[in-house]
Amino acid sequence: MRLKDKVAVITGGSRGIGEAYVRRFAAEGAKVVIGDLLDAEGEAVVRSLKAEGRDAVYVRTDVTKKAQLEALMETAVSRFGGLDVCIANAALADYGDIMDTTEETFDRVMAVNVKGVFLTDQAAARRMRAAKRGVIINIASTVAVVGDNYEGCYPSSKGAVNLLTRTFALSLAPYGVRVVAIGPGPTRTKMMEDAFNDPARLKSIQARTPLGRPADPSEIAGVAVFLASDDASYMTGHTVYVDGGRLVLNYVMPERD
Amino acid sequence: MRLKDKVTVITGGARGIGEAYVRRFVEEGAKVVIGDILDQEGAALARSLGAAVRYVHCDVTKEAEMSTLMDAAVSAFGGIDVAIANAGIVESGSIMNTSDAMLDRMLAINVKGVFYTCRQAAERMIAAKRGGVLINIASTVAVLGEVGEGCYPVSKGAVTALTRVMAVELADHGIRVVAIGPGGTKTAMMADATPGSERMKRIEMRTPLRRMAEPEEMAGVAVFLASKDASYITGQTLYVDGGRLVLNMVMPERA
Repeated sequence: MRLKDKVAVITGGSRGIGEAYVRRFAAEGAKVVIGDLLDAEGEAVVRSLKAEGRDAVYVRTDVTKKAQLEALMETAVSRFGGLDVCIANAALADYGDIMDTTEETFDRVMAVNVKGVFLTDQAAARRMRAAKRGVIINIASTVAVVGDNYEGCYPSSKGAVNLLTRTFALSLAPYGVRVVAIGPGPTRTKMMEDAFNDPARLKSIQARTPLGRPADPSEIAGVAVFLASDDASYMTGHTVYVDGGRLVLNYVMPERD
Repeated sequence: MRLKDKVTVITGGARGIGEAYVRRFVEEGAKVVIGDILDQEGAALARSLGAAVRYVHCDVTKEAEMSTLMDAAVSAFGGIDVAIANAGIVESGSIMNTSDAMLDRMLAINVKGVFYTCRQAAERMIAAKRGGVLINIASTVAVLGEVGEGCYPVSKGAVTALTRVMAVELADHGIRVVAIGPGGTKTAMMADATPGSERMKRIEMRTPLRRMAEPEEMAGVAVFLASKDASYITGQTLYVDGGRLVLNMVMPERA
């Protein structure tokens, strides 16, 4: 139990990689507060954790609304007595050519993926700064640093998450609060299901992934546990890319049998 | 015990950050073989840690000695799961004054030594068909310039490139290759950075966390990279630098 009694707020924790963070943190002994808009799924995750004897709570949270994030963080403090870790995970994807991205989609992706992380970090950081400890983990992506032809303005939003991570890291370093990010590569979630079920897309993903397979959500969650733990006590400001080798591969991998 | 019975070869493990890797890996249940040229310190460290640790004399610039080191791990503990290519030297002074002999020595130990460590360990991992993890030790100066460290940053830049190339070449064998880029760490190499000293002030000004790292803080990262929790990370260098690389100017003066 590497996070025994740590209090962790996780936005977008109702499903996908967010749910994997929630389950792994709970398994490591953390008390988890889920903030999401998917009430039924979030409540179901909490119920199943309680059935395993873990402590968790779900709070309906729209990450574009400052007041709701304040309420989310307050729940962590009032229910569990503090706030040790915050994972700003809630995000939207965009699909298609960026030339077809509408102004409405752009505004919405930026509101959730960028302003949502900004408001989440600020709300968590105010409490951590006062307590002089804590870890904030933002969720970026490999496309924070590489371009993509079919994800619209999503990569732009993740690039901004990297910069939020660096800037919050510098602001909070004097208070002993660390701010880091994870940049996942392709991961087996509902968001990516269509891509993995399409043989041509899957082949192109594998060709550009040295490890030759998408990640399981649990493989991203293990990195979050590390970053939240004292083993990462000298790391701040950085994004850890968990991408099966994608970012270091020039061209494609040789054909595999 | 996150690395129970994992056989780990650690070059330059007799002291400094290398020693911290050795101690932490043993705590996590690993079997460790130290390769170093500091025979007295290395052998004493191995003796003090008991049967889970062996010491083998190894000059990392000699591929035959590297081969002997890896063979020792296989014969003592039955295989190699992790290798940490940590042996390295530093230089001080202007690169304009770096001698030919110094450049050759730097590249022989810090680059060729890492290359031999990776190659000799990987050959055995491939033969055993059980995958493995190679951890190379780079530095924040792999991506920054610095006045006064001679050609040392050049050698560390090469280590990150070696890490990337080995990672893509070895991926299909289930071998992950990663690196750690430490920032300023409290070791004998940094002995002149005492509290209040000019060197320390310089370090604090350019380090958001405003302190040097303890060697144990690098060891914790190595344990993570060697563990299953890092199973989807390869080719990357993790910078463990107290925020150095993301800081544009200098930190505000302390109140």
